[in-house]
Amino acid sequence: MSQTQFSTPRIIAFASITCLICGFFVASAAVALKDKQVENEKLDRKKQVLAVAGIDISNVTATQVDELFKSRIVPKLVDLQKDGCAGEDPVTFDQLKAVKIPGKFHAAPAGNKAKVQVKPNCATVYQVTKSDTDKSVDNYIVPIEGKGLWSTLYGFIALNASLDAVSGITFYKHAETPGLGGEVDNPKWKASWKGKKPFNANFDVDFKVVKGMAQNDHQVDGLSGATLTSNGVTYLVNFWLGNDGFGPYLKSLKK
Amino acid sequence: MSTETRGLLLDPLFDNNPIALQVLGICSALAVTTKLETALVMSLAVTVVTACSNMAISIIRNQIPPSIRIIVQLVVIASLVIVTDQILKAFLFDVSKQLSVFVGLIITNCIVMGRAEAYAMQNPPIPSFLDGIGNGLGYSVVLILVAIVREIFGAGKILGMQVLPLVSDGGWYVPNGLLLLSPGAFFLIAAFIFTVRTFKPAQREAE
Repeated sequence: MSQTQFSTPRIIAFASITCLICGFFVASAAVALKDKQVENEKLDRKKQVLAVAGIDISNVTATQVDELFKSRIVPKLVDLQKDGCAGEDPVTFDQLKAVKIPGKFHAAPAGNKAKVQVKPNCATVYQVTKSDTDKSVDNYIVPIEGKGLWSTLYGFIALNASLDAVSGITFYKHAETPGLGGEVDNPKWKASWKGKKPFNANFDVDFKVVKGMAQNDHQVDGLSGATLTSNGVTYLVNFWLGNDGFGPYLKSLKK
Repeated sequence: MSTETRGLLLDPLFDNNPIALQVLGICSALAVTTKLETALVMSLAVTVVTACSNMAISIIRNQIPPSIRIIVQLVVIASLVIVTDQILKAFLFDVSKQLSVFVGLIITNCIVMGRAEAYAMQNPPIPSFLDGIGNGLGYSVVLILVAIVREIFGAGKILGMQVLPLVSDGGWYVPNGLLLLSPGAFFLIAAFIFTVRTFKPAQREAE
């Protein structure tokens, strides 16, 4: 170690310069790579939509994902507030962006258990067609989000054409503890949602991620060691499939 | 290659392995080794960060006031890690998703800071850079070996390609689920340390 004595102003100057230089590097990297990252996130979201719809996307390239998305997925806009979707284009509308633009979102009901702060006035629901040629609806995909333990979980849940069973669930963005709450990504756990019944006979949402093993079709096995994440998933599914979320829209489809 | 350079690069592989001898960086070694692909990317990231942080700190080593040297090292390392994370997110999105928080946690990987403090503060930039590469490689060797065993015997795959046909797919191999859990990595790392110390008795700790 150098034996030179450093004066206090010299130390402060050194610290400031170091911070400035490091800050410059970090900021340039973040700004320069932003576009590429956003593109990746969009592609990833498309992949997740396809995957949750049960379409095989292993070994497909980025362009093939775009093509599959175009041919099999029909985005539909849903008003979460009266006339919320006026003037929006289903293909380009981005509900994650909308919640950051003043006037395009509104406050979620206070004290909701999913801890959703704001809801977009307009939201995208995806209809999955049976095949390229048969355009009848095979699945409906609904976006979901809500608080887990550490982070907000963003995902999609797919419901079958008659809206009485789950056909898939996925979370594309979260920061839960890897190995515990992070197991929301576990393919086996996600597969256990298939065929579960999220609604009761009156078509009101009735669904729970339980501690331990699921006892009936309205329950899914809990994630061991991740009670708070499991509860979060329960609340967010109930919120978005319920009256505050897409419940009214789904009911109108059912009729 | 001079003997000195070779020593800097190769010593940390087996003679002075950061995981096996110094027992540093175990936590991330458990978490990212269920698949070879993530282990490779993590190895590369740690090697690059250790080498660059060693070099950067070595360049300014005579300017760093001793009273704030640890925080200066941390700032340099943290910046490099954030840049690495941003690059991974831009170019290797899927892998970076799987690595999740562990890229960020390179900051707390004891190997990086340990080498900065123990080596880069006293040595010139080029040897420091090589020392960083060497130690990164030492970490990589363990990660890659552990990941190969875990992926082959835990999932019957290597780099995502099926090599042992699973019973569930009509093959004959029953995958060992324990290997995919963290304890599996503990056993493997212990076995690695045991092997290294059997062949290099000098590394055994005094009893």
